[in-house]
Amino acid sequence: MSMIIDRRLNGKNKSTVNRQRFLERYKKHIKKAVSDAVNKRSITDVVSGSEVTIPNKDLSEPTFRHGQGGHYKQVHPGNKEFTAGDRIKRPPGGGGGSGSGKGQAGNSGDGMDEFSFQINHDEFLEHMFDNLELPNLERKQLEDMMDFKIRQAGYTTAGSPDRLNIIRSLKSAHARRIALSGGNRREIRALKKELREMEVSPEVTDQEKVLALKERIRELNEKLKKLPFIDDFDLKYNNMVKVPSPSNKAVIFCVMDVSGSMTQDIKDMAKRFFILLYLFLQRNYKEIEVVFIRHHTAAKEVDEDDFFYSRETGGTIVSSALEMTRDVINKRFNPADWNIYVAQASDGDNWEGDSSVCTKILSEEIMQKVQYYCYVEITDRAHQNLWREYEGIAGKFPDHFAMQQIKAPSDIYPVFRKLFEKKENA
Amino acid sequence: MSDQLISTGPEWTFELIQEYDRELARLADRFQLDTYPNQIEIISSEQMMDAYASTGMPLMYNHWSFGKHFLHTQQNYQRGRMGLAYEIVINSNPCIAYLMEENTITMQALVLAHASYGHNSFFKGNYLFRTWTDAESIIDYLLFAKNYITQCEEKYGVEAVEDIIDACHALMNQGVNRYKRPRPLSAEQEKARQDERAEYIQRTLNDIWTTIPKTEKAEEEKETRFPPDPEENLLYFFEKNAPLLETWQRELMRISRKIAQYYYPQRQTQVMNEGWACFWHYHLIHELYNEGKVSDGFMLEFLHAHSSVILQPEFDSPYYSGINPYTLGFSIFMDIRRICDNPTSEDREWFPDIAGSDWLQTVHFAMKNFKDESFILQFLSPKVMRDLRLFTVLDDESKSYLEVDSIHDDLGYKAIRESLASQYNLGNREPNIQVYNVDIRGDRKLTLRHYQHQGRPLGKETDELLKHIHRIWQFDVEIESCEGGVVTQSWECSENKKRKKK
Repeated sequence: MSMIIDRRLNGKNKSTVNRQRFLERYKKHIKKAVSDAVNKRSITDVVSGSEVTIPNKDLSEPTFRHGQGGHYKQVHPGNKEFTAGDRIKRPPGGGGGSGSGKGQAGNSGDGMDEFSFQINHDEFLEHMFDNLELPNLERKQLEDMMDFKIRQAGYTTAGSPDRLNIIRSLKSAHARRIALSGGNRREIRALKKELREMEVSPEVTDQEKVLALKERIRELNEKLKKLPFIDDFDLKYNNMVKVPSPSNKAVIFCVMDVSGSMTQDIKDMAKRFFILLYLFLQRNYKEIEVVFIRHHTAAKEVDEDDFFYSRETGGTIVSSALEMTRDVINKRFNPADWNIYVAQASDGDNWEGDSSVCTKILSEEIMQKVQYYCYVEITDRAHQNLWREYEGIAGKFPDHFAMQQIKAPSDIYPVFRKLFEKKENA
Repeated sequence: MSDQLISTGPEWTFELIQEYDRELARLADRFQLDTYPNQIEIISSEQMMDAYASTGMPLMYNHWSFGKHFLHTQQNYQRGRMGLAYEIVINSNPCIAYLMEENTITMQALVLAHASYGHNSFFKGNYLFRTWTDAESIIDYLLFAKNYITQCEEKYGVEAVEDIIDACHALMNQGVNRYKRPRPLSAEQEKARQDERAEYIQRTLNDIWTTIPKTEKAEEEKETRFPPDPEENLLYFFEKNAPLLETWQRELMRISRKIAQYYYPQRQTQVMNEGWACFWHYHLIHELYNEGKVSDGFMLEFLHAHSSVILQPEFDSPYYSGINPYTLGFSIFMDIRRICDNPTSEDREWFPDIAGSDWLQTVHFAMKNFKDESFILQFLSPKVMRDLRLFTVLDDESKSYLEVDSIHDDLGYKAIRESLASQYNLGNREPNIQVYNVDIRGDRKLTLRHYQHQGRPLGKETDELLKHIHRIWQFDVEIESCEGGVVTQSWECSENKKRKKK
């Protein structure tokens, strides 16, 4: 007789491990696909999943096979007009290469040239930010633990009434009642059994004995009733402990030059860079605020739309933006509570006399407060004066200041990776 | 009559499947189909894709290539480029057949007849399966293999294990013993023998390892080769003789070898196996119809499915990808029955033995005692060749054209039959590669020889394969491709240079 089993409820993800191994093995290709996607996609869907394509030759599982050539016969079906001795032009790509009886599966012949598959949103981000880390995260966590969280940690027998855990308490009361009444109940059961046997036995029943038994049962029942339903001993309270928790709030200052020299293209590149930064911080912090500061000769805090799309002209004084940043930090973002990141994008132009002011503000008033300051210069020309000025700061704060140049949209992601690369001995 | 119908709607239930199974079992018994007990498992399409990825086995060790197949199947399925098979059946005892929950009851009945009675009886009856595989213990053994490989991965790292398994997968077709029946598999005994074997191997390895110089005799013995006789089971040879492998690596090779051996009969009986299963689902379901147990609608759906399974696109069709083994096998079995029942004078001339004999006995005889190659050679009738309009094309690389060698006419029947049969000869389909020599006195260089068949050279992947072999052997490796004793082409993979010479 056949057995019919419903296996549908069994796990269906038997292949998960194999799938992961495959992804692990072809990490290189997936990374490339991800970085292509980051560069090509429009900003809004940069983080949806992605299709990964791997050239077939890279993942071949070779076996010994016959190559082209030789002298052999092949049988085919469906002859229409051929007779023996007919000559046919050799079809391109080697005739008769397919159909060695393998049929169906299509694994003979040329098959597919590329192997492509989907990875999902999480895997996409995983690979996008793989091997990147937030600089100086550790310092913040160890030194500045100002926040405390109340967390449940088991139960105690003493506490305030508002922490009473009812379920636990009743459970333990129930257990106590069972434990304390065990002997008595056993006795009652035995007595009742005796009583029943006496009632059905044909012999004359001893009235007195029956009464005695009944009396005893009554006594025992009384005793049982006296067991308190709940006792002080049963009460259990939730135990709460205070654990220090690292601040998980972060703020990003997006600082951008919007002077006449910044074209829409450059602003687009800057935007992509800021978005990457935002996504990346999102993976590390629960709560993120973004402050947009744009500047030409004067700085202004604006909302996102204005930041990216309004056009201004005029000269460039970078120090105005730095002053603004400093002021906003002092007013709203206490470095003890907030992880502060500043990302500045500019084409590198600055009013000649202003650069030294920038250095002063940065090194004396900003760098001490921020986790990381990164500067990207978006230009395909030679470095401008701001770059040279900042090089000095980078020398002074090697762990907290980084600068990179972006020449074309395809540089954005690589530059981003470079800025947040995992440091060997960090 | 309609109250005899087993089912009316398209939906299946467990009771209905059971009912159909009971009916089919009754009919199968009437047709003398001897089967292993059936274990029918209902699975979802995701599970079917999982099953696909691990070559159909209910359990399998983990390997990236299975993940690749899974992704490939998933991608194609989700985009509607391919449907999933209706069933997978496993040669085990009990015989496990997977039915997909998406199927209609008609399809479930078809699949039951096809897998649980067709394939199942083939697994139990065919001589190759009887000789070479152990239906009893394959699941048991796979469990052992899976656990062992997992242990190795924990101990030596996934990467190290995958390196060896990659190489084994590449050489699996060359890891089959063609002439000796393997010992029955048993997880218990395997474990017990492991230690014993490990020690023995390490001890006997010295054949290649020994560095004690042979003095006087060395000159005279120059001619002797190691191994003395060429060895075609490459995996076996490496397992026993590769100088630097650890015991667990040898064990992995052994596992691959055992699994390859298990699949060996299936690779040799594709046409027969599928043909037989189609033949029986066709007959069993028709029998149900004749008894009035299934409706006309049921039959229409059944015939539609049946005819798409045995569809043979013609050579000039864009869907053509070689001869469909289902069609070929089914046509031959059907024709055997026709020859037995209504022989023509042509049949009497071609098949004097079976024309007019009892068809049931004849098909059972054919199923039990042949493999694809001999089955075609024996039973492919002129009528089937005419129906399929078979013709042979001669491909000679020295000519700029292809030549039609023979067609389905009196002059051509025999020639077509021979070429088709040889096409299913695994020995022709796969290159013949043997271990030729190991330079045991010198640098331990391994020489493999490829003996060309019909002048066909080795494929493009040979270089890649050589790297795999080098990974196992860990000394220089060379392949010589020779024709009639003359080496025409060779590949080499050595420590510091990887080159190809003509």
